[in-house]
Amino acid sequence: MKKTVLRKPKGFIDVYKHKPGAEKDRTHYCPGCGHGILHKLIAEAIEDLDIIDDTILISPVGCSVFAYYYFDTGNFQVAHGRAPAVGTAVSRANPDKVVISYQGDGDLAAIGGNNILQAANRGENIAVFFVNNAIYGMTGGQMAPTTLLEQITTTTPYGRNANTDGFPMKMCEVLSQLSAPTYVERVSLHDAPHIRRTRAAVRKALQNAKERKGFQFVEVLSTCPSGWKIDPVKSMEWVKEKMLPQFPLGVYKDVSNEAVAVERPVPIFDPAIVWEKLGISSVADVDFPRGDVPDEYRKMSIRVAGFGGQGIMVTGQALASVALEYGYNVSWLPSYGPEMRGGTANCSVNIQDGTIGAAEAVKPGLLLAMNRPSLEKFEKFIVPGGTLIYNSTLIDIKPVRNDIKVFAIPITGIADELGNTRVQSLVNIGAYAAITGMFNVDHVVELLPKLFKGKKQAIIDLNAKAVKAGYDYVKENF
Amino acid sequence: MTDAKYPRSEVDPDKCKGCGLCIAACPKKVLVFSPKLNSKGYHYAEYVGSGCVGCGNCFYNCPEPDAITVYLRNYDPEKVV
Repeated sequence: MKKTVLRKPKGFIDVYKHKPGAEKDRTHYCPGCGHGILHKLIAEAIEDLDIIDDTILISPVGCSVFAYYYFDTGNFQVAHGRAPAVGTAVSRANPDKVVISYQGDGDLAAIGGNNILQAANRGENIAVFFVNNAIYGMTGGQMAPTTLLEQITTTTPYGRNANTDGFPMKMCEVLSQLSAPTYVERVSLHDAPHIRRTRAAVRKALQNAKERKGFQFVEVLSTCPSGWKIDPVKSMEWVKEKMLPQFPLGVYKDVSNEAVAVERPVPIFDPAIVWEKLGISSVADVDFPRGDVPDEYRKMSIRVAGFGGQGIMVTGQALASVALEYGYNVSWLPSYGPEMRGGTANCSVNIQDGTIGAAEAVKPGLLLAMNRPSLEKFEKFIVPGGTLIYNSTLIDIKPVRNDIKVFAIPITGIADELGNTRVQSLVNIGAYAAITGMFNVDHVVELLPKLFKGKKQAIIDLNAKAVKAGYDYVKENF
Repeated sequence: MTDAKYPRSEVDPDKCKGCGLCIAACPKKVLVFSPKLNSKGYHYAEYVGSGCVGCGNCFYNCPEPDAITVYLRNYDPEKVV
C-alpha cells in the first residue's frame, strides 16, 4: 500500500516505557545522532515487512545499548561485543525468527572482532547493522578500530598514526572475503540520497533475514556530533569529505539471489534430559532422616579454605552431597587460582531448607580453615556466634576472635596417621558431623561409594576410617 | 509555491532537538529554526507553512522517531483510520 503519511514507524514502541525518567516519548540520543536515523529505517522496514512480532533485536554495548527502549520487538541486551554470539544462540533456538544484531564500531570491530568473524564465517541467520562513526562515542570520544588516519580523538591527540595505531579497520572488506556471508554492503547516512540507499540496504538485509538466507551485514557510516565535537550538519559533510575516501561505499558481496534458506538442527533444551544425564531429580530425594540439629546449624553458610591440593573442593562437594541426601537445598561455589596444586583455594557451601540466594558465603556461619593464610584471611568474616574449625597441624597461630566457637583439630595429622594425607577431606566431614549434628557418620559412610564412584574399595574403606577418625576426635576432645 | 494543505511537514516542537538536519536536507528550504525555544531549550525546526513538496527528506534525516510527520500529496484525513 502506498504511504500517504510518513510518521513514527510501528516498529517502535508507542511509549518508551522501559526508559527511565519523564521523557518517554523521545530517544536518549544526542541531537543529530546517526543512530536515530538508522533506528527509524530499521523500525520502518520491520513494519513494512510485517515482521514486528517475529523479530528479535540484540542490543550491544555503546550508545545503542538502550536500543531495546525503542524497538517493539523481542529484545536482548548483551555483553560488549557478544551480540553475534548471543545472536547465534537466539537464531539457532528460534529458527523461525528474524534476528537483528545492532552494533557499533567499538563493539563489533574491537572487543567483538572475533565474535563477528566467527558468526559471519558460520553464515548464521543474523542481520547485522554495523554503525561506524569512527569513534567511541559513549565513553567520550576515544580512538576506535575504525578511527580514520590523522583523525584526532581524545586518545590520539595528534591524529591517528598508522605506525603506532594501525589502520582503520575495514569490516566490509574483511567479511566479504569469507565464503558464508550472503550480503555485505557499506552505506552512509550523510545526505538524503544516501539515506535512501541505506533504507534500501536495510530492507534488503531484513528481507533476506526473513527468508533465512544466512548472514547479512550492512555497515552504515554514521555521525557522532558530540564525540567529534562538530555540529550535526557539518558532521554530515565530515562523513562525505573524510570518511568516504577511507571507507568506500558499495556492495561488497551479494549472493542473495542464489542463496537458499539455511536450515539447522534446532537444539533441544529439555531440563529433564539434563537432569537424567547428571543423575539428579527435581523431586526432593530424601534418603536419610535428619538427626537433632541445633537451631544455629539449621541454615548453614560455610567457607572451606586452604591450599590447592588439600581437598578443599572435595570437602565442599562432600558437604553439599551429603546434605542433599537429607533433603536440604544445597549450593557449592568454588574459587581458586590457576594452579592445580599449591595455590590458594576456597569454596562456599550453603545448606538450607529455604531458597538459597547468594551462593558465595561472604559472611559464613562456619569457616573451615586448612592453612594459616586462610585463617588470617577469612576469620574476620565469620558471623558473631559462628563456628571456626581450623587445622591445628599446620596452623601455628591462635584465632583472634572471642565471639565464636573454636575447634582446633589436627586434620592433617589425623589423615597422616591413617596413612594418606589426602583423606583429610573426609576427616573434615567427620568433624563437621560431630560438631553440628547435621549428619550421621554411618550415613556418610554409606554414601561413600556414591561420592567416590569408580574408586577402589580400599580407597573407600580408608575414607570411611577418616570420617570416623574426624568424628571421634571431636567427640573425645570437645 | 503551493498553498495546498498537503503535502505538509509537521514538527513536534517538544520532541525536536534542534540538530538542523531536516533544515539542511529540505530541497525547498521550507523548514527553518524557530526563534522560539522549546521546553528543552532548543530552537526547534518549523515548517514555514507552504512550499512543501512531500519528498520526505526531513522525515528520513530526522534522528528522532516522532519529531517529524510528513503528510504526502495524496493524504486524505478522512481516509485515515
